[in-house]
Amino acid sequence: MATGTTLVEKDLHHSEHHEHHIEEGWDGGDKKPFAASYGKLMMWYFLLSDAFTFAGFLIAYGALRFSMPTWPVADAVFSTAPLGIHNLFPGGKAPLIFVTFMSFLLIVSSVTMVRAVQEGRRENKQGVVFWMVLTIIGGIGFLSCQAWEWANLIGEEHMSVTTNPFGTHRFDGVYLDDEHGHPYKDGEVRETFEAGETYLIHKEEGEWLQRRYVTNEGVEGKQSFGPFQFGALFFFITGFHGFHVFSGIVFLIIIALNAGSGLYVERRNGYEMVEKIGLYWHFVDLVWVFVFLVFYLL
Amino acid sequence: MSQISYEQAKKDVFRGFWLLFIITIIEVVISLFGKGWLGIPVHKIWWLYGIAALVIIGLSIYKANYIIMEFMHLGHEVKGLKFSVLLPTALLIWAIIAFFQEGDSWKNRRELIKSKNAIQVDEASQKTDDALDLRD
Repeated sequence: MATGTTLVEKDLHHSEHHEHHIEEGWDGGDKKPFAASYGKLMMWYFLLSDAFTFAGFLIAYGALRFSMPTWPVADAVFSTAPLGIHNLFPGGKAPLIFVTFMSFLLIVSSVTMVRAVQEGRRENKQGVVFWMVLTIIGGIGFLSCQAWEWANLIGEEHMSVTTNPFGTHRFDGVYLDDEHGHPYKDGEVRETFEAGETYLIHKEEGEWLQRRYVTNEGVEGKQSFGPFQFGALFFFITGFHGFHVFSGIVFLIIIALNAGSGLYVERRNGYEMVEKIGLYWHFVDLVWVFVFLVFYLL
Repeated sequence: MSQISYEQAKKDVFRGFWLLFIITIIEVVISLFGKGWLGIPVHKIWWLYGIAALVIIGLSIYKANYIIMEFMHLGHEVKGLKFSVLLPTALLIWAIIAFFQEGDSWKNRRELIKSKNAIQVDEASQKTDDALDLRD
């Protein structure tokens, strides 16, 4: 508490000399452009520029996806969940279930952030800290889920920025027996596949197991790798978003500590810092709406 | 926030939560439906698949609009602030059209080159092809 008081005292001391500089931020008059403070306005324009960065990435994803003859189906790629939860679903596959849960975490943390801003407007210090802590927990939960998703993709499924083991069939056909090299005989289970079906090339002891198949037109072939751009874009875009979440959590922690120390009580501006970090946090949620749309839903 | 009471504002937040929650579930269900997971091979019927995709895109834009206008409070800011943030994003409409068109064109050109390469020709011109390294 001792350091907190010193901070506040310093702040008060400071404001005696430059009263109109503190928080107002604008030089040259009391009239604020767009009736918003300098910090809030600049946060909005930063977010606008950031939106263009993300839009650039997502549009690049779209352009590259359109340029490929096949593209892995997201439902097939993202169909696992931690603790073997996907085994509870029919066929042992839980398409999009885990990533939907991640979306909920982010939505919930966005809602708790709105509550923190509302409590700030009422100058309710305890309320602000309480709802900000919940927001931070939601953010850390989301990042943890993403860490699991990445670990699973890299460690279990062997996807990297240069190799994408998720390929997609272009024609209907049937898999060939590994030993005899012909389709399973009548009476046995014939493992057929359809055009547009996504498969995962497994890796065992450092060797890729590319299964052989024959299409219904009689053309033989073996499973080929999917476009490597899929993996590169996935790690790059979700990584960039995850880094936004991470830095958001760092700022949330700093501002929650400041709020708890009573710094913003002295400023008497309705916890404007909480409002500003709130804008950033909602933006992270907003970007996720589109990452979720582009990567998982479409 | 000054126009509406604190109690009302609190209510609105949780209304917003349920809205986003339910829309996300609807999106996921439509997405799975569109990929043929719910028993109907929708992914083979291109127009139905297209409608599903458009509905998902529409719902996502609705979600985004709700977050910006209510959670980020932009709907309650001064008009100038609102439009100085929203109008520049209209540039993205053209970016999307142009780059998707471009991506599609890359694919067509690659396939054109592949099909041309598959044409059997006499040895002399084959050598020229090799020299120019035209094969994919």
